[in-house]
Amino acid sequence: MIKNKNIVKDGLSAAWPICLGYFPIGLSLGVLAQKGGLAPWQMAAMSILVFAGGSQFIAVAMLGAGASPVAIVTTVFMVNLRHLLMSSALAVHFPDVSRRFLSLFAYGLTDESFAVNLTRFNQGNWNRYSALTLNHAANSTWIVSTVTGVYLGQLVPSGTAGVDYALTGMFICLLIYQLRGPIFTITALIAAVCSVLAYIWMPGNSYVIIASCLAATLGMLLKRTMRKREANS
Amino acid sequence: MNNSDFLLLMLAMGAVTYLPRMVPLVTLSQRKLPVWFAEWLELIPPAILSALIAPTLFAHSNPRVFSLSRIELLAALPTLFCAYKTRSLAGTVIVGMLCYWGLGLII
Repeated sequence: MIKNKNIVKDGLSAAWPICLGYFPIGLSLGVLAQKGGLAPWQMAAMSILVFAGGSQFIAVAMLGAGASPVAIVTTVFMVNLRHLLMSSALAVHFPDVSRRFLSLFAYGLTDESFAVNLTRFNQGNWNRYSALTLNHAANSTWIVSTVTGVYLGQLVPSGTAGVDYALTGMFICLLIYQLRGPIFTITALIAAVCSVLAYIWMPGNSYVIIASCLAATLGMLLKRTMRKREANS
Repeated sequence: MNNSDFLLLMLAMGAVTYLPRMVPLVTLSQRKLPVWFAEWLELIPPAILSALIAPTLFAHSNPRVFSLSRIELLAALPTLFCAYKTRSLAGTVIVGMLCYWGLGLII
């Protein structure tokens, strides 16, 4: 019993920086969702069914712009593909663990919980139930903060002090986080050019998917070409 | 969008969020992704974010025409700088909102 208590406590104490980070982001997502016409129960449903901050921001923006459900789901899928990598990287730390546990654990796999859990597992002494506790603490914080944000949004009239720019500001910062080397910056620049061209020339919302696939492919090819050239010289 | 359509959309979004997190953990635990695919996946997030932002900054929406004089673009410069220097999400959003609001008053 004492052991179980410690396992939960370890999970919670590793989770608090994540929860602290999620709270303001969850609030701002809630405010934006309210401006986009979402009710509190819709926000709750989204945060429970789709526990993915970046995807939810994108979904709120696309819903507001009147994008088609197919375009929204495809974009969310593309954004979440990166979790394939994280999920694969974590898999080695769960030898002989039941599929039921893994299925539950996978629900709470986010960029942040991945980073903390992987670090702890690599340091050793990290219990998988502590990891599960961490995931669910982060998830609960996320649900509460996003729904609170919707109620908060009802108090903030739209247009106040540039609220309409919050989403763009958020995406700009998330983009900067992603630029971890020249190849990332080049890929982002290619994506921007392709996206603007596709946006102007083609009706609908497919410009995001077309531009990002094209840019990631070109970036990947460029990286491989440069590596080959280095190996040859 | 009515309530049942909304819930259907959420379920579909939930599925495409959950599957990439679950499938490798449960099935591919011992195998590794091919290198080219891992490298491609790594470049997807910056590409998507950039593709999402760019038309807001560089094009009018109705009709869709290229533009270099939008307030969104002008406000993006200090916002980018702030994100790069501080790496603070909350700080960047606030700077962005204030610049957008301020520029809107001047122009």
